Amino acid sequence: MATSIDGSRLRKLAIVPAYNEAGMVGRVIRDIRRAAPDFDIVVIDDGSTDATRQEAEAEGAVVIRHPFNLGIGGAVQSGYKYALRGGYDVAVQVDGDGQHKPAHLHDLLAALQTSGEPDMVYGSRFRGDPGYQVPLGRRIGNLIFSVVLSAITRQRITDPTSGFRMTNRRGIELFARDYPHDYPEVEALLMLHAHRLRVHEVHVQMNARGFGRSSIDYPRSAYYMVKVLLALFVGLFRRRPTPVEATGEDEPGVEPPAGPPGAANGDSQAAGDPAGSPVGGGEPRAEG
Amino acid sequence: MDTVQAVAILSTALVLALVLELVRRRRLVERYALLWMVTAVAMLILALLRDDVLDPIADLLGIASPVNLLFLAGFAVIFVVVLNFTVAISRLSEETKILAQEVGRLEQELRAARGELPGPNGADAAAGSAAEQVERGERG
Repeated sequence: MATSIDGSRLRKLAIVPAYNEAGMVGRVIRDIRRAAPDFDIVVIDDGSTDATRQEAEAEGAVVIRHPFNLGIGGAVQSGYKYALRGGYDVAVQVDGDGQHKPAHLHDLLAALQTSGEPDMVYGSRFRGDPGYQVPLGRRIGNLIFSVVLSAITRQRITDPTSGFRMTNRRGIELFARDYPHDYPEVEALLMLHAHRLRVHEVHVQMNARGFGRSSIDYPRSAYYMVKVLLALFVGLFRRRPTPVEATGEDEPGVEPPAGPPGAANGDSQAAGDPAGSPVGGGEPRAEG
Repeated sequence: MDTVQAVAILSTALVLALVLELVRRRRLVERYALLWMVTAVAMLILALLRDDVLDPIADLLGIASPVNLLFLAGFAVIFVVVLNFTVAISRLSEETKILAQEVGRLEQELRAARGELPGPNGADAAAGSAAEQVERGERG
């Protein structure tokens, strides 16, 4: 690429969705600070009834608190909206329950800037040692989604339910505008594909999920499977506004030249969108 | 007039009265009130004009017992109405989500602008970027 990206100049944000994670979220923030001090941190307190917010603010994180619980999709999207408003170049999701290891943040960042300049990089547990004993049901579900998504996207996706993801501005713009609801990770991958944004996988280890928010337990896993598969199916045919015109011609992921500070926000938007219209008239993509 | 017709007329009349009462008390938005009133009136007509309307249509559709046409029509209408509601609920929940996100954002920006955010250790950078957020947000 002609314009090389200077990693230190990028504005980077860690989005920490947290629902009743008092006792954990503070540690997550400290871990991020220690492992990746160049990341700003925004905690999305998704209507917690405990001291999640106080704990996060005591650690000096910016906290956006929802008046009631929206679920992980709404929480994460709130973070992407914050990233878009703040003119961040890179945003990463780090779960507030401590499952994701901030030590991997710079692995993700490095992959985002090198490996063919993808628009999103995510941490997969299943490219090697997951780092903990992943429950069998979880593995099976993952495998099914993995097969389906890999077939749709024609790309090997080994851990589609991983929420440990880092995106560039294109990803931020897309997710700030439109993000799936209930169990968003799998569907979000499909959205990226529909918008022709590129995804790259990096092996990471994770911690066993904290007991705070077990978003999927056994009785609900069947519902989860059906719902997501249905969402995938619907998503294939859904018309979505295209926030980023990601054609093959223009250079994806081009960063604006380093101009006067403060002007970067508007510039990068213009650079990523030559047509100048953020919403592409409802035409989702040219279907083959 | 047999019992079935009497029951049909009575019940549809009751539905109509209920809808009118709800509209009168402004408990029902016009949009839905109209829908229900049309439904109730249509069913009342079907029940009243049994020989002229209900029976011929039932005959045409091959429905042996004309009263079943009444049920069929009622079911069809309710199906459409419920579907309509599901669409409305989906839209409302999307709008509610956006509102909740906006409330969270505005509250955060307000507190940052008022300097109310507590910040002991390492909070300087965060507070600085928060203020910047507000600034950028207003410009954008």
